[in-house]
Amino acid sequence: MSSDMIMELVRLILYLVGFLAFALLNAAYLTLVERKVPSWFQLRPGPIEVGPWGLLQPVADGIKLLGKQILTPQGADLIMFKLAPVMVVVPGVLCLVTIPFSEMIVPRNFNLGLLMIFAFGAFGVFAILLGGWASNNKYSSIAAARVVAQNIAYEIPMLLVVISLVFVTRTFNLHTIVEQQMGGFWHWNVLNLKASIMMPIAFLIYFICMLAETNRAPFDMVEAESELVAGAFTEYSGMGFGLFFVAEYLNIMVGCCVGTILFLGGWDCPFGLLPGLHWFLIKMYVLCFAVIWVRWSFPRTQFYGLLNLSWKILIPFALVNLLLTAFMLKLFH
Amino acid sequence: MSIDAQSVLNETFVLNLGPQHPATHGVLRIKLTMDGEYIVDAEPVIGYGHRMHEKMGENRSYAKFLPNTGRIDYVAALFNGHGYVGAVERLAGITVPERAEYIRVITSELNRVASHLLWLGAFLVDLGGFTPLLYCFDDREQILDLLESVTGARLTFCYYRFGGVCNDIDDDFVAGTRSFITRLRSRMPMYDAFVTKNIIFRKRVEGIGLISAETCRKYGATGPVIRGSGVSYDVRKVEPYSVYLKFNFDIPSFTECDCMARYKVRIEEMVQSMRIIEQALDSLPAGPIMAEKVPRTLKLAKGDCYYNVESARGSFGVRVVSDGSENAYRLKLRSPCFSNMSLFRECSAGMLLPDALALLGSFDLVIPDIDR
Amino acid sequence: MKILPLKSKFEAIAVRGTPAPVVGAEAGAPVPLVNETPHATKGIDLDVTVSAERVVEAVKILDEANWMLEAITGVDWLAERQFEVVYDFTHVDSGERVTVRVRISRDKPELPTISHIYGGANWHERETHDFFGIIFLGHPQLIPLLLPEDARFHPLRKDFTA
Repeated sequence: MSSDMIMELVRLILYLVGFLAFALLNAAYLTLVERKVPSWFQLRPGPIEVGPWGLLQPVADGIKLLGKQILTPQGADLIMFKLAPVMVVVPGVLCLVTIPFSEMIVPRNFNLGLLMIFAFGAFGVFAILLGGWASNNKYSSIAAARVVAQNIAYEIPMLLVVISLVFVTRTFNLHTIVEQQMGGFWHWNVLNLKASIMMPIAFLIYFICMLAETNRAPFDMVEAESELVAGAFTEYSGMGFGLFFVAEYLNIMVGCCVGTILFLGGWDCPFGLLPGLHWFLIKMYVLCFAVIWVRWSFPRTQFYGLLNLSWKILIPFALVNLLLTAFMLKLFH
Repeated sequence: MSIDAQSVLNETFVLNLGPQHPATHGVLRIKLTMDGEYIVDAEPVIGYGHRMHEKMGENRSYAKFLPNTGRIDYVAALFNGHGYVGAVERLAGITVPERAEYIRVITSELNRVASHLLWLGAFLVDLGGFTPLLYCFDDREQILDLLESVTGARLTFCYYRFGGVCNDIDDDFVAGTRSFITRLRSRMPMYDAFVTKNIIFRKRVEGIGLISAETCRKYGATGPVIRGSGVSYDVRKVEPYSVYLKFNFDIPSFTECDCMARYKVRIEEMVQSMRIIEQALDSLPAGPIMAEKVPRTLKLAKGDCYYNVESARGSFGVRVVSDGSENAYRLKLRSPCFSNMSLFRECSAGMLLPDALALLGSFDLVIPDIDR
Repeated sequence: MKILPLKSKFEAIAVRGTPAPVVGAEAGAPVPLVNETPHATKGIDLDVTVSAERVVEAVKILDEANWMLEAITGVDWLAERQFEVVYDFTHVDSGERVTVRVRISRDKPELPTISHIYGGANWHERETHDFFGIIFLGHPQLIPLLLPEDARFHPLRKDFTA
């Protein structure tokens, strides 16, 4: 083996360990943020027992979940039942392969990076459907059916918005997309009104679709706690349950990363000085905070309200945005 | 045709909501026959919390039953106490001194506000919005602290006695109540902006769960349920008891018959309760808090009577049948939630499951009140 | 006064059928079957006693006059070997109360149901059946409501021993 290959191998292993650690640590600590942020809104302390400021809470939760007995319901399809939690984490981790955290830090820079992310994102729905169906429980089956309907409905406006963005960027390569937005916030795609007047609205549509794709309130029908107990995850205990939640936070992270790259300029500084990894992380965490903020402020929609929002409001707006972008591109180029 | 054969033909399935379920406030089981997402039939199965208070009423003397009244509807326990004490006083011919009546009104109305605040938080949790619960509990803490200082209990009150109340209120209580009223009045716009005007909340409750006034009459539904269907029936105005005739207050009622109407009724009722409390505090007379010469062991004359009060959930009635001995011969507790709940089966046919849960939440059920 | 038009209608059906003893009346005194009572001391404005055959008619009179069903109470008069069933009705506009009383034999406790007139009577009658064992003829689902579904005992009877 030549020294190049060895270097490449070392680099790959470092990246593998690095972003697995990053992804899983983030997912774990997002659970703590999910509990601390609402505690500020609701005038209560939140987790304070374990570790200073509750910082060891995710560790305690992880140990608790690992220590629980894994119960399999009678009549459940054992292979699928045990496979589903594993399958649901995979797309989140895979998507992180192609996301550029800064100019230098990107595990694999694919030319079709954006396409790959959406292809793998759709895969997560499949895992939830499998888990819900394999549980041999009416509640879970209803929830699994709802998941599929919800995800299909919200996949469409999200893809329409992203396609209209790709018209502008002319590439699927995430690294290039960010490079086109360098130099200050007036270059960012969210304010790129030359390409389409509806760009900020496109960003809003993307954000709402991201909430729905990751099954977050107000679109958390899957887990609609007060109706279907725990929805598709009713029969899961211990780490099986834990993995579904790790996957949810991973998906949120990936969604926020993609949102930052597509609309908010990636690792660019708002005023053009000192770009780098820190700006990417700040923007991503601001988006995550917004996701958590929305969850704790609104009640849940009804299922038909959710679908109506997508089919009757978001898709028409996204289509108009698409047409407008194409029109303006033709006009000004 | 057997049920299985029928359900295969119709493709319906039976789903059990409860008895352990986050959305049913207490131990309630509803057998839902569902056709996809639509409810074909919803049969409530109650009795999981049945403790037979009516038998206990026959087995102990009148005074010994007083603590039981706090456990029937524990969220609005003072109303149950008032109903029972009023029924016995009516049959025994005991007159309650005025100061005691005023204190009863003040504490009852505070309890009504506390109960409605709890309902507001729980209703929003049913719909998926978790944050208002904590704000409501913040306000409710003040009421519970006030009531604890005077009654000794935070939830299951046993404060009223035959002929008056057992403990007098002091200046701290009066000052605390006034400051509470000022604080809650300043927070009502926040609830309005956060909840009432929240578009997702409005979509969940407007036009959902229609109950006509005729249905309410047939089932005996009272309280905010009938007032949300356009009928201004409130025991405090229509069958005045205690000293309610001396206060100026309105009875809110809305004609939309949906969950939003019942929600608005309860919010308005909180505002009106604060008006009553203020007027009562302003005109609180001095005097004794217990009637004189009430015997320790009460023996009522033979006969029966009925007494009802406007509880936070509806008209709570007590029928006492006495045969002249120390114990009641028959004690009937007419629970408002029992009558309100009985119309759920008829009204939920054909609804979607989330809408049926919104309807259930808008009834403001406390299951121990249904089960007794 | 909403009870005024009812009085004559009730008197027409109350005098027919078997008069039943009224609680609190002295033995041997004439038994008033349609009784106006003061609300302040009894909580009831009109106290009507009917026989078991006339219950549905009496309830229909109230339904046509838009009265609301409040409660159905059972009382076990062990000494007289009778059950008494008390129906309470109220009117939402005036707050008046009409009470309809029926006495049935303890050995054969049967009474026609009123659940086809007032839907709320469905649960009230099930509860009374649970507590006393009174059978409401024609009730669509007379199974235990508050007691367990396999309960065959009736706790509120005076001769009930646990």
